[in-house]
Amino acid sequence: MLEIEDLTHVYGPGTPNEHHAIDGLKLSVAAGELLCIVGPSGCGKSTLLRSIAGLIKPTGGEIRVGGELVRQTPDNLAVVFQDYSRSLFPWMSVADNVALPLRRRGMDKQRRREAAQEALESVGLAEAGRKYPFQLSGGMQQRVAIARALAYRPSLMLMDEPFGSVDAQTREDLEDLVLKVRGHHQMTIVLITHDIDESVYVGDRVVVLSKAPAHVVGDLRVDLPAPRDQITTREHPDFVRLRGEVGRLVRGVDAPAPTA
Amino acid sequence: MTAATTPARVRRPVVTRARHGKLVRHAVGVAVFLLAWEVAARSGLLPWLPAASASLARVAGLAADPVFLGDLLSTLTAAVIGLPLAVLVAVPIGLLLGTVPVVEETTRAIVEFLRPIPSVALIPLALFFFQPEINAKVALIVYAASWPILINTLYGVRDVDPVATETLRSFGFGQAAVIWRVALPSAAPFIYTGVRLAASITLILAISVEYFVGGSGGIGAFLIQASTGIGADAMLDVVATLLWAGIVGLAVNTVLLRAERRLFRWRHL
Repeated sequence: MLEIEDLTHVYGPGTPNEHHAIDGLKLSVAAGELLCIVGPSGCGKSTLLRSIAGLIKPTGGEIRVGGELVRQTPDNLAVVFQDYSRSLFPWMSVADNVALPLRRRGMDKQRRREAAQEALESVGLAEAGRKYPFQLSGGMQQRVAIARALAYRPSLMLMDEPFGSVDAQTREDLEDLVLKVRGHHQMTIVLITHDIDESVYVGDRVVVLSKAPAHVVGDLRVDLPAPRDQITTREHPDFVRLRGEVGRLVRGVDAPAPTA
Repeated sequence: MTAATTPARVRRPVVTRARHGKLVRHAVGVAVFLLAWEVAARSGLLPWLPAASASLARVAGLAADPVFLGDLLSTLTAAVIGLPLAVLVAVPIGLLLGTVPVVEETTRAIVEFLRPIPSVALIPLALFFFQPEINAKVALIVYAASWPILINTLYGVRDVDPVATETLRSFGFGQAAVIWRVALPSAAPFIYTGVRLAASITLILAISVEYFVGGSGGIGAFLIQASTGIGADAMLDVVATLLWAGIVGLAVNTVLLRAERRLFRWRHL
């Protein structure tokens, strides 16, 4: 589904502020997989995501989505940003926000409306369509953003620290929501987070990035019993072992970076 | 349950009381001003000034004066034609300058040169190029009213949240869609403020041109005729006309503010 080959990105090359965000990153994600990418903050996770989404043009390497080289935003891709309050359009109702991207699908108004309502129902916001984003709590707003991505029916959904701005309880609810909707929609999910527990709890696989310039330092398969549950999964010996491993990998690269 | 309902029941009168208090303070301010005016006129402190009471009576009288109403209509017509034209001219230019930095940089010197020229100083030029007078009036209104709209559009568009833009782009929308669906709506409150500022400018320019030309009508022409008359009555007409201009400006601004609050509710909450 997603192939990343030797990805390199340098901000402001040749200037005094030159910053190497990503260096020779290789990654392959299978169709239907839920991959979590963890790494220390400022390690280039968002740069990676923006490159996959075609929002920035990486300075080197290749990204393929569904076999096609990414030159601009791939058609079958949706992004959920961390900052839901800025990512939702405040001048549009919730339903209009969710329906807007469907214009790209050539759907008429009636069908867009139905698809939006369906997506809102799937995130538990069946009644919120006529409200405006500012009338909803933060967690609900992020649900709307997820519904917007789901309605678009992407084959690849990118999530950039999607639960970084909500409280702990809401965070758990939203993690479970992602696990639930992935069952209903056939899609590949790449979720970026700095929360180690979250990566193990949500992911089928966890990839750990080094600090900037980012490259892959760990790639772990998560074989926890399904369905996952906030209490029992987190008590599972494998969960405890994996979070330890991921934690060590993240910490390990926190130490003085090897100059490679 | 009662704990939940009681505060709501208490709060509502508090809000209306606060609004009430504000209205009362406004009324007190106006009353004090009118009283001071009345005293200044009657005491002979400002002997040329007609009394407030007489002026207000004349304001009411003008409302039934067909000549004055015709002039008022002629001024407002120019403003009402000019303002939408200014929006049509200034918003696209502002969008262009705000979204294409090269164009903005190339035109900045011209813009910064033209902007400080007082529009009133362009009246002779406008009268030379645009005939009849109504055209000159409208042309000048469009020119002068365009500036605040243009500048506010420019900065509003520049201020667009990059996350909102990236969101739309991530769904595969192109540059045109970004401008139409994100830049324009998120800049709309700024643009609207520009329009509100421009609305008061339309009146200034309309009356100025009328005053400059003197001939064919409008509040400005009415003012000239009133001021060339003799005696206290002439001054009374002048003052009453000024009050009318103030009333019209206030009314327009109030309507526009109300509409702003309704249109951009999403921004204030």
